[in-house]
Amino acid sequence: PLAAAMAAKRGTDEMRDRVVLGEFGVRNVHTTDFPGNYPGYEDAWDRRRFEEAFRVDIIREEEGALEFDMVGIDAAIANAFRRILLAEVPTMAVEKVFVYNNTSIVQDEILAHRLGLIPIRADPRLFEYRNQGDEEGTEIDTLQFQLKIKCSRNPQAAKESSDPNELYFNHKVYSKHMTWVPLGNQTDLFPDADFRPVHDDILIALLRPGQEIDVLMHCVKGIGKDHAKFSPVATASYRLLPDITLLQPIEDEAAEMLQKCFSPGVIEIQNIKGKKVARVANARLDTFSREVFRHEGLKNLVRLARVRNHYIFSVESTGILPPDVLVSEAIKILMGKCQRFLNELDSVPME
Amino acid sequence: VQADGTDGNCVTFVLHDEDHTLGNSLRYMVMKNPDVEFCGYCITHPSESKINFRIQTRGGLPAVEPFRKGLNDLMGVCQHVLNTFEVRLLPEELSGL
Repeated sequence: PLAAAMAAKRGTDEMRDRVVLGEFGVRNVHTTDFPGNYPGYEDAWDRRRFEEAFRVDIIREEEGALEFDMVGIDAAIANAFRRILLAEVPTMAVEKVFVYNNTSIVQDEILAHRLGLIPIRADPRLFEYRNQGDEEGTEIDTLQFQLKIKCSRNPQAAKESSDPNELYFNHKVYSKHMTWVPLGNQTDLFPDADFRPVHDDILIALLRPGQEIDVLMHCVKGIGKDHAKFSPVATASYRLLPDITLLQPIEDEAAEMLQKCFSPGVIEIQNIKGKKVARVANARLDTFSREVFRHEGLKNLVRLARVRNHYIFSVESTGILPPDVLVSEAIKILMGKCQRFLNELDSVPME
Repeated sequence: VQADGTDGNCVTFVLHDEDHTLGNSLRYMVMKNPDVEFCGYCITHPSESKINFRIQTRGGLPAVEPFRKGLNDLMGVCQHVLNTFEVRLLPEELSGL
């Protein structure tokens, strides 16, 4: 009876904390730890318990990418952060393109579309959103850029050459040719700022002698929900921490086969008393291809699962803002949403 | 925000300009409240950006209370996540991760 009770508790623990990958489907997907579901478990929201169990670990921080772990929150909130990172953190991007002269092969609207997608290095927190219906734009919500370039023939090129780099000047239009044109008092507001595209070597168009492009661009602040060009991340994703358990000891040939079934580094083979025994070394590296289930002998000896509240986030920024700033901004935006509804609740009287 | 319901115990809030981002996380926080008998949200039509958020309480508790508590709890969670995250960023820069 005690063993049975312990086994039952292990079973419910598994249901509460692990998402199990079976051969033909995934089990225990939904969060079930709400008050009243499990007798004997304290599931009501307890802020202190949450704060004790919660932790954040920064795994790797590179120039444009950040990998960090969040342990102890639920899928709903982790997903909310991911959705906000993709679609609701504002950035500046080219919205209106005033074409004064475009004699290139690239059509006006295609050129405008390409210009809109170029990430602009401008901190969006310094700017406001443009008011609805405002066509002109003021200093506090618009950045103006100019692209003026004309292609001409190189008189000193060799007679027989066919290399366009030699024959023509300015035949490739790069993003470095975009120059900032300060509006109004922007030179006073931003004395040290240098607004330009994040990358200088984005090819916008190709020209031939006699063709020119002369456009003026207005950048405004927007969010990814409106148009994907405003999304500040190259991508933001998360995965759950894998949890691989060997239900029985696996030896010799089976151990070798097991090692091949998982990503390199996950299973290591140790030599214990002359026999090769498999051991789970680092489950985190696994990408869960579920190759184990294709081998009849191995599939019942391993349990593949994921830890339900351990999220491995990976955020790559396009360069406008560093990824740690992006995550902080996303959390602040979720707080702002809650605050908005709290304010409405307090101001509107409920009947 | 609009609310309509039968007797104050079951209320359906209509939240405009919201989607799964706030809907699912708020639903989770409200479900963690032991006084709530039922909590759910749905998006009435994908072309309209509004959600119907329904709360039913047991006992005579007005449904606005768990809604308010859920919002406050979610704010608390975000604040704590932000603090923990920013604290973790500082020593890394100092010690060169």
